[in-house]
Amino acid sequence: MIAASHWPRWASVLSRTLAALFGGYGLASLAAASCAVALPMPRADAVLTGMMVGLVVHAAAALWVFAAGSAVRAWLGLAAPGAALGAALGALLLLAQNGGLR
Amino acid sequence: MKSGFRQSMAWLHTWSGLLVGWVLFAVFLTGTAAYLRPELTRWMRPELTASRPDPVQAALTAVTRLRALAPQSANWFIEVAGPREPVTTVFWRAPPAALGAAQGTAQGGRGFRQATLDPVSGATLDARDTRGGNFFYRFHFELYAMPVLWGRWIVSICGMFMLVAILSGIITHRRIFADFFTFRPSKGQRSWLDGHAVAAVLALPYHLMITYTGLTTLMVMTLPWGITAAYGPAGPPAFFADTAPFAPKRPAGQPAALADVAPMLAEAVQAWGGAPPGRITVNHPGDANASVVILSGPGAQVAEERTGMAFDGVTGARLAAWGTAGSAAAQTRGVMTGLHIGLFAGPMLRGLLLLSGLAGTVMVGTGCVLWSVKARQKAEKAGRKGFGLRLVDVLNVAGIAGLPLAMATFLWANRLLPLHLAGRADWEVKVFFGAWLLAVVHAALRPRPAAWTEQWGVAALLYALLPVLNALTTGRHLGRSLPDGDWGMAGMDLGFLAIGLGLGAVTLASRGWRFRLRPRAQGRAGALRA
Repeated sequence: MIAASHWPRWASVLSRTLAALFGGYGLASLAAASCAVALPMPRADAVLTGMMVGLVVHAAAALWVFAAGSAVRAWLGLAAPGAALGAALGALLLLAQNGGLR
Repeated sequence: MKSGFRQSMAWLHTWSGLLVGWVLFAVFLTGTAAYLRPELTRWMRPELTASRPDPVQAALTAVTRLRALAPQSANWFIEVAGPREPVTTVFWRAPPAALGAAQGTAQGGRGFRQATLDPVSGATLDARDTRGGNFFYRFHFELYAMPVLWGRWIVSICGMFMLVAILSGIITHRRIFADFFTFRPSKGQRSWLDGHAVAAVLALPYHLMITYTGLTTLMVMTLPWGITAAYGPAGPPAFFADTAPFAPKRPAGQPAALADVAPMLAEAVQAWGGAPPGRITVNHPGDANASVVILSGPGAQVAEERTGMAFDGVTGARLAAWGTAGSAAAQTRGVMTGLHIGLFAGPMLRGLLLLSGLAGTVMVGTGCVLWSVKARQKAEKAGRKGFGLRLVDVLNVAGIAGLPLAMATFLWANRLLPLHLAGRADWEVKVFFGAWLLAVVHAALRPRPAAWTEQWGVAALLYALLPVLNALTTGRHLGRSLPDGDWGMAGMDLGFLAIGLGLGAVTLASRGWRFRLRPRAQGRAGALRA
């Protein structure tokens, strides 16, 4: 899979490792926060559910990062759902602030 | 990394496992020992005699005793004696003025006082100072000699590596079912791989369960961003208030006599269909805003969040009652925690959990060895002889054989250290780490497989002789505990003997352990043995 990239091998491994550790954690945090805000259940329950989902998201993200065809694709694969979750979360928080949801 | 999904998962499995392998091995082994936390603590305090007190009576006795011991304290906590704990343990927050005053009580952490009570008479029991099974329990998620939060973070991160290693390991495997029945001994790398796969596959659901549930026990610390998003400025206090079934009032500052606890206990036990009380908290005793919280004992349900009732501490009126029928999310979280801790399990199921935990320990251990075997083959093909490989070998011996050895010395220290040594409990811990350090030095000095054989051998002897040591140093040996039907004590002695025999078999087998080539290649290379 490294063959597809013109990066040296160590750089690809380092990049993926950082993606799995920090990118994975970021995506897990976004998933947890989105669940906490969006799920139609009492606040504390939504928060707990988000945490339990987030742990699975982090593990899945780590698998994805090392299965992806290249380090760039690995990062993109985290960034795309991350951006979508981030946008949804931001919109929901804004709505909540203006009294739209809660 | 090579091309192909399975290969990249194999790469991920190897490295995610190896990087945290020794920490995970220690977490798995000490965590498995923690299934027997009350039994270990009891074995390590042989002065305490077994009793089967009535839990309600024991709870009342403890409350009466605390009225005398700690009238000025802000909180009392009572762990009522039950089927696995022969004595009642009480903690209370020491009032600032009274620090250092009470006699015959041990200093707990953070301004807490602790005493062990006879469940029937309420008398303070003077047992030897030890951390007991609690040492292994704490070590398995907080490690040692570092701030508690660091330990929890390190173990959480290693746990996530473990989860990734398990998932990628499953993907890597082609033949899950066949691996149930495949073990080819004395064949170098092949045997280590077989052993690793058997231990992993036999208890696979357990490994997934224990790793994920372990992560959920610490998730409020590791993944708090949902609280930030949903609660905003109100933050964690509001979240904790929402998840706690009962919030005690602040003290009023006006004195009022604490109500009789007996009717509260009677009401709770009746509502629970006779299930005994397990944990009792009294908030602000002697204050007009006092409250009493009674939780049921462990084992009534899988979920760790226990059935409970709260009472007004002055009028005795019931303030709140909660059962297991909380919200779905809260119940799920409670079941995760309960599954991890395993307090719900009866003796048979606990035995199975123990065996599964050992299988997990073997899985991690064989995985660590397998890595070094593979790496050596690659290094020898390339004609290298690395310091790194030697370091991995030394850490493998000391981390895998040295740890159970050190755990045995902890138990020996419990019997051999002078009873009234100052800081005795800490000395037991020092012996544990001292022995572990010696194991590192020994592993560095000795060649393999002699280093393995010698450490397994010493560990086997230490465990097998524990019942003898117990007989020589206490009156609670097998000759007494068996006729008395004291299964808590006898079970541990017999268990140590079984561990000793098991490790003895490992010792004998380790003389034939091969760490290099496959037999066919070995023949060509002239019976190369590590």
